[in-house]
Amino acid sequence: MSITISQVSKKFGNFQALDNIDLDVQPGTLVALLGPSGSGKSTLLRTVAGLETPDQGRVRINNRDTTNLDIRKRNIGFVFQHYALFKHLTVRENISFGLDIRKKPRQVIKQRVKELLELIQLEGFGDRYPNQLSGGQRQRVALARALAVQPEVLLLDEPFGALDAKVRQELRDWLRRLHDEVHLTSIFVTHDREEAMAVADKIVVMNQGKIEQVGTPAEVYEHPANPFVMSFVGEVNVLLHTSPIFDHAHRANPATRFFVRPHDFEVFTTPQGDSVLAKVKRIIHLGWQVQLELTLGDRSSLIVHLNREEFVRLDLKTEQNVYLEPRQIKCFEQVKQDLFNSPADHHQLAS
Amino acid sequence: MTSFISHLETQLRRKPQQTNSTRISLPWVITIGYLSLILLLPLAALITKSLTLGMGEFWQAATAPIALSAYEVTFVTALAAGIINGIMGTLVAWILVRYQFPGKKIVDAVIDIPFAVPTSVAGLVLATIYSDNGWIGQLFTPFGIKIAFTRLGVFVAMLFISLPFIVRTVQPVLLELEPEIEQAAWSLGASESQTFWRVILPPVIPAILTGVALGFSRAVGEYGSVVIVASSIPFRDLIAPVLVFQKLEQYDYNGATVIGTVLLLVSLVLLLLINFLQQWSRRYAD
Repeated sequence: MSITISQVSKKFGNFQALDNIDLDVQPGTLVALLGPSGSGKSTLLRTVAGLETPDQGRVRINNRDTTNLDIRKRNIGFVFQHYALFKHLTVRENISFGLDIRKKPRQVIKQRVKELLELIQLEGFGDRYPNQLSGGQRQRVALARALAVQPEVLLLDEPFGALDAKVRQELRDWLRRLHDEVHLTSIFVTHDREEAMAVADKIVVMNQGKIEQVGTPAEVYEHPANPFVMSFVGEVNVLLHTSPIFDHAHRANPATRFFVRPHDFEVFTTPQGDSVLAKVKRIIHLGWQVQLELTLGDRSSLIVHLNREEFVRLDLKTEQNVYLEPRQIKCFEQVKQDLFNSPADHHQLAS
Repeated sequence: MTSFISHLETQLRRKPQQTNSTRISLPWVITIGYLSLILLLPLAALITKSLTLGMGEFWQAATAPIALSAYEVTFVTALAAGIINGIMGTLVAWILVRYQFPGKKIVDAVIDIPFAVPTSVAGLVLATIYSDNGWIGQLFTPFGIKIAFTRLGVFVAMLFISLPFIVRTVQPVLLELEPEIEQAAWSLGASESQTFWRVILPPVIPAILTGVALGFSRAVGEYGSVVIVASSIPFRDLIAPVLVFQKLEQYDYNGATVIGTVLLLVSLVLLLLINFLQQWSRRYAD
């Protein structure tokens, strides 16, 4: 089932939560709304759900205009960050809630609950109460409860936000596998770029009530539309045109800002072609990755990531001189100073 | 020699443990002393006094027709007041939690007035407005309904006195209900009334029951306002606490002690029930 959002705006008092949003979600895809807090991603999700009414614009689910339709009639499944399970009902009663409301025959309900308990791998937990389950188990029950009524679309609001790191990763992998089996059109909200990349078919990057870019995880990472996306979907070094990096071959336009990802540097211990001299200030071990904090000739600092083998091969120490060569530099025309206020109409000049 | 030393060592090692288990720490001493002085001794005196009467005499005094009628008026009226306030108090708590309106803070404060106002003042006010030509009483007079100086007056006084108990017990539980719970129910297709009966009310019921039990036991113990707003005529609107006082006035100390003991035992059972309800209400908590 497709979801079409056209020209949707929403204000809370003076705060523009959604600013003329257009978005198409293709049937069967899993889409992530990614953005910092206050970017409007949750408001957009709640607008699709019918928990918020837009001031302007239309929302269509499966080509049916649902803009002013009551949430009860939208046939959506909604999963909340803090599970929102009914604490006085057992797992089984929670899952069957929507079916009981629809007055389905007892036998049908029993069968459906059994299937869903298998799906969420909680067979044998049917008679427990939510407070007897772990966070990850509760969120799976919440998901089964939403799926029980066979919704046309599934909406998840920061579904892994309240879980600890390990459970979060397990559950998001499980959600991805589940989606590959069920193919239910789904939108989920997250502020975690890694989560968005790991789970979603498409990522919608949002900022200040607007959509900055829509694309696959690879597209968004490789070809960010603007400085905001560039810096939100991964770490970046921001370089001025005066940086020693541009002393050699690169032409640097003062009106342009330059972005290099920390892993997009070649590091040498001896001078090579166009390489630039830098001094190692700190070495931080991050597991499979090693982070170097370097200073350049103009005292500006730079973050470089090396993988473990490369770091061992180079045998780097602090206060050692190294030679850098950027593999890839992204340039954006500089219109505003503040990185996080950049409007969406930047052009990508080179890559 | 070595065995002596090792024995001594084990003794020394054991010593702190022993002192810990046998000596009662100061906070315990103070607590037990205080509770004995304030609570246990007076109650023990009451029971001891009634025990000196002997079973036959006790039973006779406890089940005298005037006493039975007084229990009935007290407990049935208090229960009715508790139940009515169980519904009305929950509604008041719901309004206070869910709605914003001008003067909300004042209404919220006014709820506690029955806690603060002297019961004699409450009785005076109630007797005035519910009397035959009082503000509210005169509305009922044409229908031949008398409120003040009848059992209805007792009921009104008990309603007044027990309301804050229900509101103040239910209010925090309603505040804790996450709005997401309701939104989840809507998303699953539940109507407003289905959401209320199936999702909102069940977790609040233990709090309502606790509030009703608290309000009921407060109403059972009410004396000051009832003695003013009721005529306290036996077999009509005489409540047990007033009966105790009447017996004392007639120097019938034994009779007063017996009725007092019965009230005490009933209160104890009620308080156990309240404790049980409160534990039960926490059974789904995280």
